[in-house]
Amino acid sequence: METSVGTLRKTALNAAHRALGAKMVPFGGWDMPVEYSGLIAEHMAVRQQAGLFDVSHMGEFEVVGAGALAFLQRVTCNNVAKLLDGQAQYSALPMPNGAPVDDVIVLRRAAERFLLVVNASNIQKDFGWLMAQGPQACELRNRSDDFALLALQGPKAEAILRRLTAIELSGLKYYHFAEGEVDGQPSIVSRTGYTGEDGFEIFVAPERAEALWHRLLEVGKEDGLIPAGLGARDTLRLEARMCLYGSDMDESTSLIEAGLGWIVSLDEAKGEFVGKRALLPQKKDGPSRRLVGFEVVGRGIARHGHPVHLGGDLSGSVTSGSFAPYLQKSIGLCYLPKAHAAVGTEFEVEIRGRRVPARVVPTPFYKRSQ
Amino acid sequence: MFPQDRRYTKDHEWVLIQGDQGTVGITDYAQKQLGDVVYLELPELGRTLNAHETFGTVESVKAVSELFAPVSGEVIEVNGGLVAKPETLNRDPHGEAWMIRVKLANPGQLADLLDAAAYQAYVDAEAK
Repeated sequence: METSVGTLRKTALNAAHRALGAKMVPFGGWDMPVEYSGLIAEHMAVRQQAGLFDVSHMGEFEVVGAGALAFLQRVTCNNVAKLLDGQAQYSALPMPNGAPVDDVIVLRRAAERFLLVVNASNIQKDFGWLMAQGPQACELRNRSDDFALLALQGPKAEAILRRLTAIELSGLKYYHFAEGEVDGQPSIVSRTGYTGEDGFEIFVAPERAEALWHRLLEVGKEDGLIPAGLGARDTLRLEARMCLYGSDMDESTSLIEAGLGWIVSLDEAKGEFVGKRALLPQKKDGPSRRLVGFEVVGRGIARHGHPVHLGGDLSGSVTSGSFAPYLQKSIGLCYLPKAHAAVGTEFEVEIRGRRVPARVVPTPFYKRSQ
Repeated sequence: MFPQDRRYTKDHEWVLIQGDQGTVGITDYAQKQLGDVVYLELPELGRTLNAHETFGTVESVKAVSELFAPVSGEVIEVNGGLVAKPETLNRDPHGEAWMIRVKLANPGQLADLLDAAAYQAYVDAEAK
C-alpha cells in the first residue's frame, strides 16, 4: 500500500489526519480520510451536533474580467446573472448533449470575479473543457492549489464558528458567503455543504489550514464537534439525495434525468449556453427516465453497480446505495423508465445473485427540520 | 493481542476447537478494517462447508466482505442473535460475536491454520 500512497496527492491536513488515527483511502487521486472514530458516530454527529471535514481535494477555478459573466452564462446551465456579490449557486457544466462534464458551485465575489468549485477527480478535465470553450475578455485560472477547504457541518456549526469570526453568521443565508477573517486568517465562509444539514465551507490558504482545523476542533469540542471522513460525507449526502458525480450522473446521463432540472435556467435573459438545445425540450416534456430514490424492502444492502430488475427484466443498475445510518435502512438511487418511476413502484435489486424487493420512495430520504 | 486458545486464517477468521466442534468468527483486526458492521448473512443449519468455501457475508456501512470457512464440517449452530445485532461484531469479535459452530469433518485441517503469534505476525506485515 505504501507504494501507491506515494503517487497520491495530499491535502495540507494529511499529517493532522494521520495523527488523529484516520483510516486513509485513495479518493479521486488523493490520499483522504474515510473515517476517524467510526462512520456511524461521525454521521450522527453531523446530524445532531457537528462534524468537521477536510474537503481540500475539491478544485477551485477563478474567472476574472469584463467577460467573466458572459463566459459563465455560456458554459454553465444556471442563470449566473441572478447572483449578487456574496451569493453562490449550484450549477453544472453541460456538454452539447445535456450531460454534465461536472457539477459545480459558482460564487460571485465581485461583478467581474467568480470562483468555481469543482470535483477533485474532474479538475484537469473541467479546466481543459472550459479552456476549449474559449474564455473571452476574461481569464480562467486554476487556483486549486491556493485553497484548502474545511466543511463545518451540523446544527451546531454556527454556534461553533461564531467563536472564531466576527463575520455576521446569523445573517448569512443558505448559499450566501462572506469574506473576512476566521481565527485571524483571511477566509471565504460559504453557507453551503453536502450533508443535508446547516453548515459552512471555509476556504483558507493551505498553510493556514492545519491551525484552523485544530482551532475549530478545540472550540467545537463542548458542542460535540468531531472530525468526519469521506465515508460519512457520502452517507450524509445520499440521505439528503444529493447527486455524486461519477456515480449518479456522468457524461452519459442528462441533468434533467438526474433530477437537476431546477439548475437548468429557462430564463431568456440567460441566452444561449452549451447544452441548451438538448436540455430545454427535456425540461419541458420530461425525460424518458428518471433518477429515483428507493428503499430495499427485503434483507440486504444495495450498492453502486448492483443490477436493477423491473417487471423481471434488467433495467439498469444502482448508482448509489448504502446503509443509511440516521434512517437505519438500506437506501439508494437508480434510473427507472419514466412510466415506472412513481413513488410506490416496486422492483428488484440483485444483491450477489439474489433478487431483493425494493420500492421507490419520496426524496430527499432525510430532510432536516428547520 | 489475539487469543491463544484458537487458530486463525489469512482471511481473518478464527476457529476455536472444543471436542469435535469448531466455533467460527472473524478477528478484531477484521472488524477494525471493516468499520461499523451493519449487516450479516450466515448459512443455514445443516449445510456442509468445505474449508475455504464462502459461508456468508459481512457488511459495514462502506464495505462488503465474504466469510470463508476455516475448516470443513456441518453447520450445527448459527448465532441468530448476531444477525439481529450485527454491531456486536465491533464490540466483541472474539466472544459474543461468534458466527457459526461446525462439526469438524477433518480435524487434521487445523494444522494448516495459524496460531495467535503467527497470525499477529501476518497482520503486522499486512498493516505495513
